[in-house]
Amino acid sequence: MIPLGFYLVVSAILFSIGAYGFLIKRNIITLFMCIELMLNAVNLSFVAFARYYALLDGQVFVFFVMAVAAAEAAVGLGIIVALFRNRQTLNVDETNLMKW
Amino acid sequence: MEIAVFLFLSGIAIVAAANILVQRHPIYSALSLIVTFVALAGIYIQMHAEFIAVMQIVVYTGAIMVLFIFVIMLLNAGAEQKVPDKVHVVKYFGLPLASLLIFEAGLTASRTFDGEGIPVESASINLSGNTEMIGRALYTQYALPFEVTSVLLLVAIVGAIVMAKKEL
Repeated sequence: MIPLGFYLVVSAILFSIGAYGFLIKRNIITLFMCIELMLNAVNLSFVAFARYYALLDGQVFVFFVMAVAAAEAAVGLGIIVALFRNRQTLNVDETNLMKW
Repeated sequence: MEIAVFLFLSGIAIVAAANILVQRHPIYSALSLIVTFVALAGIYIQMHAEFIAVMQIVVYTGAIMVLFIFVIMLLNAGAEQKVPDKVHVVKYFGLPLASLLIFEAGLTASRTFDGEGIPVESASINLSGNTEMIGRALYTQYALPFEVTSVLLLVAIVGAIVMAKKEL
């Protein structure tokens, strides 16, 4: 018997690490990895709740989240490659064309 | 025993996740993220979500992270330079705020679900044929979202091709 709160706390910790990393990191690939980490933290909550309520819907949602993450990774890494080709940098601070 | 395994796996996951932030070179961050994913897959197995655990290994570790590492190698991305300005505000406000987020979530979780646990080993819940049940749910109740997902993946393929073209 593992308390549900444990899973939620682990999920919250992982999500917070991802969010913090997204704020402090400057490399665009690392930012992307932080997004993946946040998605995984949410997946953990989904599976824990699915187990807790003895329903499978949570696991089906994790399936969809994974599909979206795969699509996102494909397009996002394509954007990164295109960005690198045009600007020769992976630093997000140097990519400020659309900033005020 | 169960709880020891859980704490061990979640400890690995959290330490590896923190290591993503510590490392300056993206390839080390990617490898740490893989460790996190594998530890999470272990937690899923413990929760009897075998299908999700295998998906975690195959899709995340096997496909997405390999793609990441591939791109890192392709772009020959070096270590992050130390940038003294700009990020300071974020760095010093971000850590307390992230801790606050953890604290808040933990408080809410422990208050709402006080003392209620997940039956890790109970066979009473009819989840034994886990993968079969998920497949059934995907093709009946969630048939439309499932089809939309395939369209989404098609759009992603087209988007990736457009991004990879010579000139945008």
